[in-house]
Amino acid sequence: MKSHLLLMALFAFFVSLVFAVIAKDEPRDQARLGGMMFGGFMLAAAVLGWFMYPFPL
Amino acid sequence: MSDKLSPVPATTAERSQSGGLVLLCLASWVVPGAGHLWLGRRQKGLIFLVALPLMFAIGLALEGRLFPFQLADMLVCLEAFAELGIGAAYFAGSALGLGAGDVRAVTYEYGNAFLIVAGLLNLLVVIDAYDVAKGRK
Repeated sequence: MKSHLLLMALFAFFVSLVFAVIAKDEPRDQARLGGMMFGGFMLAAAVLGWFMYPFPL
Repeated sequence: MSDKLSPVPATTAERSQSGGLVLLCLASWVVPGAGHLWLGRRQKGLIFLVALPLMFAIGLALEGRLFPFQLADMLVCLEAFAELGIGAAYFAGSALGLGAGDVRAVTYEYGNAFLIVAGLLNLLVVIDAYDVAKGRK
């Protein structure tokens, strides 16, 4: 597997999962926090990707 | 009258509790999730037990490197400490000759990120198990 996007999504999934399970006790809260964190990771990556689009100048 | 309290020697129960905590943290470090399973948090323990070693294994599969403890290079030493956070899997990987790391591989940096972060996340899990045992959570 060499797709950067897939690897980044996989990494974001694991980190979100572990953080959510540490931070929350109820499965419903864990799913909500984990989903939000995963979405945040992916959104941040997309936004940063667009900001980096002009580089190298 | 002095406000200072005189030190009270630890009782046998307190000493045995602190010994249990050390054992719990050690178990939680060696096997991710073991501390939570020990404390009866089965759902959390099983998730850590699957997710963290899997993350570490993916890091190895992506040609990541198990960094050696080189005191001459502080950054490499810090990376080794972070990877050591995963516990037994680090030693198993080293013993099996995995984690040589191929810097030419496209996925080399991703592999390192998976290995290092898996170790650091397990250290957070150990701290969480400690907090649960102390009744803070």
